[in-house]
Parts: sequence; structure tokens; C-alpha cells
Amino acid sequence: MEKMYRNFAIGLVLLIILAPLGLLAVGETFGEWGSEELKEKLGFVPQGLAKLSGIWNAPMPDYALPGGEGSESMTLSAGAYILSAVVGVVVCGGLLYFAGKRVAKD
Amino acid sequence: MHIPDGYLGPNTFIAFWIIMIPIWYYAGKKLSTELKSRQVPLLALSAAFAFVIMMFNVPIPGGSTGHAVGGAIIGIVLGPWAGVIAISVALMLQALMFGDGGITAIAANCFNMGVVMPFLGYYIYKLISGDTEITSSRRVIAAAIAGYLALTIAAGFTGVEFGLQPILNHDASGLPLYMPYPLSVTVPAMVLEHGLGFSILEALITALIFAYIQRTDTSVLFGEKSELQKNKMKNAVPT
Repeated sequence: MEKMYRNFAIGLVLLIILAPLGLLAVGETFGEWGSEELKEKLGFVPQGLAKLSGIWNAPMPDYALPGGEGSESMTLSAGAYILSAVVGVVVCGGLLYFAGKRVAKD
Repeated sequence: MHIPDGYLGPNTFIAFWIIMIPIWYYAGKKLSTELKSRQVPLLALSAAFAFVIMMFNVPIPGGSTGHAVGGAIIGIVLGPWAGVIAISVALMLQALMFGDGGITAIAANCFNMGVVMPFLGYYIYKLISGDTEITSSRRVIAAAIAGYLALTIAAGFTGVEFGLQPILNHDASGLPLYMPYPLSVTVPAMVLEHGLGFSILEALITALIFAYIQRTDTSVLFGEKSELQKNKMKNAVPT
């Protein structure tokens, strides 16, 4: 079982390293358009959407460094993307590991 | 499939918070009474895996990009209720820290990816597996189909939630206030994109991880031991 966990962890590290490949995938995602894109598509931005869409300012929007959107080099974006994945793994994994250890039986 | 802020009206996203709060509560309670120490690393790994696999964008023909979720294999390995917790934690962090998925839509996204997927994944896998041996190759196929259907149907749910918006939320002149496209656009778009693209990836990932576990240690799979004991006590349900 230990070996299995180790191999899963290795797989996870590989996924993290390869994750920036996803940055090469250009295209839109249905239902995740920004206001600009919606204006282009519809000719207007739905009122409620315009109001709600700015409700939250994420510290690292779209897995990029804060403030540097669009102007970054591919290397920097890839680095920020990997950093985001590491943060995700450490926070999600860490949180559930420690919470799990606290409540686990036997 | 991460619904951003502004695409669902308050009537819809609040409804999902009302649905999700008792689900999270029950899932958390169940986890705290049933979780075994040796399952803890898998729980942590599952959340981390869900987080990273959702960042892994792949393009499909037609100019769309999207990703797998890992929700089905997590449901099969951890059981559906623990799966709810693992996937929800990943989705909450993605929304709060990285703006992937809206904060108002956290509950809706957790429902679509964090509830629909592990439950469908687990039960479809169980249904197709029947009473075959745990090492049977039929179970690998079952896992693949479970992954494929779980993501496709979860995308269908998302499509329905999107498509209800113009009906539920419009101004006096009929202009949509949130997601502007009707059901006739949103459901086919979500289902086809996933069914012809991302769900195939989900099926592959589900089958691959399942086959690996089959070859190494099947005792980590949810319910395997207790299922065996149950079968010993009373005869297996005929399929």
C-alpha cells in the first residue's frame, strides 16, 4: 500500500510538471466567457452578469501571477501555473491529511 | 464546467447552497465516523489529484478547451460521500484562490462535479461490475464507462442550470440577466463537448487508475472488504 501511495504521489508530481501544457490549448470554454467576449457574441453584456462577475477578486486569477495577466512570457506563465498547482496540492492535500488524521479511527 | 460568477442568478445559486449545505454536513459527519487511518493518504491524494487534473486543459476540435475532473475514480476509490468532500475542497480552493469558478457558484459547481460525479461514478461502476471478481477485466470496462457517463451527465446538469437562466431571470423587456443562452443551446453544447471530448479522457483516466489499483492492492477500494463479508453472510444479490 505504501508503494501504491508513493506511485500515486509520483504521478501527481508528473501531472504538475506537465500541467502548463494546458496553456497551449487555445480556445474558449462554453459558459466561461469574460464580459468582453460576451459583448462580442451578443452585442451586450447581461446586466446581472455584469454586476455579479466582479464580486470576487481572486489572489491569483486564472492560475497566473497577480497583476501580470496577458503581459507575461510563456515561461513566466508556465512557472505561475506550476506554482498554482503546487499550492493546490499542498493546501488540498495538507488540509485533508491533517483533518483526516484528526478524525480517523484506529 | 466551472460556472463563473454572474452566469447563475441568485435564485439558482442560492438554491444550490441550500441543497449543498446539508450534503456537506452529512458527508463530513459520515467521514468523521467512518474514516480509517489508512484511508487518510488516499483522501488527501484524491483532493490534490482533482485539483491538478482540472487544471489540465485539453483542446478538442471545434475550438473548445476543457478538462477531466477525476470525479468518478474518486467516487470508486473513496466511496461517493468521501468523494464529495475531496472534490469540494479542490473546487473551493480553485474558486477562492484562483477565480476558477465563481464564489457565488461554489455550491452549484460542487453539486455538478462533487456530487453528481462521485455518486454516478460509483454506482455505474457497481452496476456494471455486478458480482464479478474484483480483479476481473469487466471492472476496468465498468470504471471506464462510469467515468465517461459521470462527466457527460455532470456536464448535462451544468447545461440545464445554464439554460434555465433566461427563463428564470430576465428583465421586463425579456433580455436575459445572467447566462443568455437557452436550454436548446446550453444542453447540447455542454453534453456534446464533453461526450465527444473530455469524457473520453475521463474514461481513460478512470480505467487506468482503476487497473493500476487492481494490480497492486484492491483493499484500498471503497467497500471491498465489507462487501466480501456481506456476501459471506448472505448470498450475493442475483444480477
